[in-house]
Amino acid sequence: MTGIVTWARLKSPWILHMNCGSCNGCDIEILATLIPRLDAERFGVLLKGTPRHADILVCTGPVTTQMKERLKRIYDQMPEPKFVVAVGQCGSSGGIYQGSYCVEGGIDKVIPVDAYVPGCPPRPDAIIDGLVKLLAKIKEGDKNDK
Amino acid sequence: MIWLANVKIPIGPQHPALKEPENFTITLDGEKVVDADIRIGYTHRGIEKLIETRNYIQNLYLIERICGICSFTHTQNYVQNVETILNIQIPRRAEYIRTLFLELERLHSHLLWMGVAGHEIGFDTLFMYTWQDRELVQDILEFISGNRVNYAMNTIGGVRRDISEDQKKKILETMIYLEKRAAYYKEVAVNEKTILARCQGVGILKPEIALKLSAVGPTARASGVDVDIRRDDPHAAYADTPFQVITTDTCDVFGRFVVRVLELFESINIIRHLMNNLPTGEIKAKAPRKVPEGEAISHTEAPRGEDIHYLRSNGTDKPERYKVRTPTMANLLSISEMLKGTYLADVPIIVAGIDPCMGCMDRVLVLKEGKENQPGYLLDWEHLRRYGIQWYAEKGGRIQ
Repeated sequence: MTGIVTWARLKSPWILHMNCGSCNGCDIEILATLIPRLDAERFGVLLKGTPRHADILVCTGPVTTQMKERLKRIYDQMPEPKFVVAVGQCGSSGGIYQGSYCVEGGIDKVIPVDAYVPGCPPRPDAIIDGLVKLLAKIKEGDKNDK
Repeated sequence: MIWLANVKIPIGPQHPALKEPENFTITLDGEKVVDADIRIGYTHRGIEKLIETRNYIQNLYLIERICGICSFTHTQNYVQNVETILNIQIPRRAEYIRTLFLELERLHSHLLWMGVAGHEIGFDTLFMYTWQDRELVQDILEFISGNRVNYAMNTIGGVRRDISEDQKKKILETMIYLEKRAAYYKEVAVNEKTILARCQGVGILKPEIALKLSAVGPTARASGVDVDIRRDDPHAAYADTPFQVITTDTCDVFGRFVVRVLELFESINIIRHLMNNLPTGEIKAKAPRKVPEGEAISHTEAPRGEDIHYLRSNGTDKPERYKVRTPTMANLLSISEMLKGTYLADVPIIVAGIDPCMGCMDRVLVLKEGKENQPGYLLDWEHLRRYGIQWYAEKGGRIQ
């Protein structure tokens, strides 16, 4: 039974995109993965509007003080098992905004992160690559659980 | 029966219709919007304060990241400010390359907006079409600068990369294709039933209200306000570039659509003109690391409207104060005016209609009560007007 669940999960990783104070550079590149040239949908990726439908939370931005609690709430609303991808340099470490008075400095300061995609902003192909590597990790993790 | 009058519906900060975190509290009477309250501040990253802690070269990279869509216009303002205080003349070729980037940015930003607007009215085909064409502009940007989004082209005194003959050829070839596509979008915009049904008569902004709320860019031009910084106060190489300012008088989202589609043609023509008349010579003038004491203000026409930057330097290698007023900030006030009297289902397209970029916009200003001629004193309109005239008379504007 778990085999079927994992298979389904790997073939339809629905994502929720969340902007936690990003400059829009990464957000536009995430949307650019959906266009016909790259077509992230061939991996079963579907951009959803609500956290309750999503398996993977794709976060951008250095997490501003305002967004910190809201990011936690969105994360809590997602059903288990859930995975988080931090896209961009500021999502990974705070990037260029490090040292600011209202920036947490990375997604992993607030919620656990499973995959990082560096770059300012990363190319859409890099984001797809990050997603595919996360899927490989999920598959691997599932094997270890058995 | 319970009578539900004036129900308040919060939209955001996380909402399927919003691409960025912002919050609208919509007061409804049935399906009609009675009032709309906007709350911002979710993407405030403290950029203005960070600018004061870094030197002028480091700030280039920080200011580029105010916005990920119109990043070049911000650095353009910044370098114009620094060059004004340093009083250096930049080479003509560099000015042409800067103008080229400003226009490429407008092309990709308008194509992006058309896709997002199509998505908001449930017309995802348009999103796929325009974003596919936008990739061609991104390819040019990448071919010249090596980057798709934050190009790192501008530097104090000029630009960092030159344009070769190959690149020039590719740009002109792509423009032929993009012009065909723009003609197609023009046809789609005025004939497609989905767009007409969802955009005509939606989000009305009357010219007098647009002026009163100081709307800028395509939002103002769609309301018949004839304003364009490229023509009114030419920066970079706009002074010797022929183009038209597009205005419509429909005052609705449809008008904003048409203005942006027609601006695609203008941008394509400007790029052609720049490429055919590219002067030869240096691309960068030498600039010192330290900037003498002084202050400068600069504005450019970003894809979304007028973008204003202010810089005060104190003789060190770091700015003393930097202030940014992005076009979305100016257009945001008109959203709550546009929303009144419309239906709830039209809220996403009206909000998207001004092409909001919240990432650009979030600034903080703390006001303290102060006495006249002291910091924190609030000027009324008449005072501000007189002060402005006096300031320009004494110091001169950016253009001497």
